[in-house]
Amino acid sequence: MDFLVSGTHISPLYLIVVGFIIGILGGFFGVGGSFLAGPALFAVGVPMNFVVGTDLAHIVGKSIVAAKKHRVLGNVDIKLGLIMVVGTIAGVELGAQMVQQLKRHANADIVLAISFIVVLVSISSFMGWESWQTLKMTKGKTPKPSAKRKLKPDASAIGHITKWIQKFHFPPMISLPNSGIEKISLWTILAVAFVGGVFSGFLGGGAGYIRMPAMVYLLGVPTHVAVGTDLFEVVISASYGTFTHAIKGNVDIMIALVMHTGAAIGAQIGATLTEYFHGTRIRLAFVPLPLIGAAIIIYSLVTGHHVK
Amino acid sequence: MARRTLKIASLGSFLMELAVYTVFVFVYFFLVLHFLGNWIKHLFDQNRTLYATVALALILVQGVVLEMLTTALLKLIRRRET
Repeated sequence: MDFLVSGTHISPLYLIVVGFIIGILGGFFGVGGSFLAGPALFAVGVPMNFVVGTDLAHIVGKSIVAAKKHRVLGNVDIKLGLIMVVGTIAGVELGAQMVQQLKRHANADIVLAISFIVVLVSISSFMGWESWQTLKMTKGKTPKPSAKRKLKPDASAIGHITKWIQKFHFPPMISLPNSGIEKISLWTILAVAFVGGVFSGFLGGGAGYIRMPAMVYLLGVPTHVAVGTDLFEVVISASYGTFTHAIKGNVDIMIALVMHTGAAIGAQIGATLTEYFHGTRIRLAFVPLPLIGAAIIIYSLVTGHHVK
Repeated sequence: MARRTLKIASLGSFLMELAVYTVFVFVYFFLVLHFLGNWIKHLFDQNRTLYATVALALILVQGVVLEMLTTALLKLIRRRET
């Protein structure tokens, strides 16, 4: 099938299957799935600036499905999500401007690809280390997932850092009862959201691979609630990102629509699966995913040709 | 035993939903998306702001419609089972 806007020729079946897999992962981990969608589009010859914008567009549709499902499961903190939107949108705009600056230079693809690899490998390594340490720490004491435990912060090997961040008293202080947080500075939430937004605008996707771990480790939000809230927030922030990237000519909406047909059903499956796993296990299972994305980009860069 | 039976029934419902959904999506895909390409490209070349608005509207509407479709299908199948 020809995608006229980006000038590419891609099998729609490939896009649907990629969308389906990303949908499952997105629904389960609360991430947009750009760590896989980005490389998967880049691998079939979609220019990197279109990868960034198109991926955001597909995430909007997919996140609606997963967020609704998570809301039914009681995993969405709407207050936290709405606050984060503000920080994220400011960050997305900065990230999108950075892409525009890069497009003026011939090496935009290589800079974006290397940035992507560094971010993906760093997150995967950190989450792997932390989850492993937490599992060792709570060996034999890992509780089964239940609705009552959702509001307690998950056990974490870096729980002391979370507590230290929550002690940062810079007014206004707010409480997030739906996330089990008594008091936290508004600025801490906005800062976390802003950084996620910059990654989202610069590298594409909803940057859930940054925000979901940041909500758990920095804000102390239970993993299940972080997953649902991130998806809710992504619907709004990725909509803004889609619009701003589309105006700049970085979105092939036809690719996004085709991918989303597969992602919609995958997201339902992924969101349902979270009911059966404990937070630490979800985080540990997340570890190999960014590495797969990094491996695809490295392959494309090293061989100099795309995987068809 | 009863729990196991319930689990198998749920899995059956889910697979049925998946099959019906797949048919819907493929019909939608070939009827709508196939004929949308040229118009979208024309819009992209002529008016970028309008293109951005239409692009966002399309993905939002598709997201909402597909979510409603999957939910409705699941309800329908479960009602038949009971």
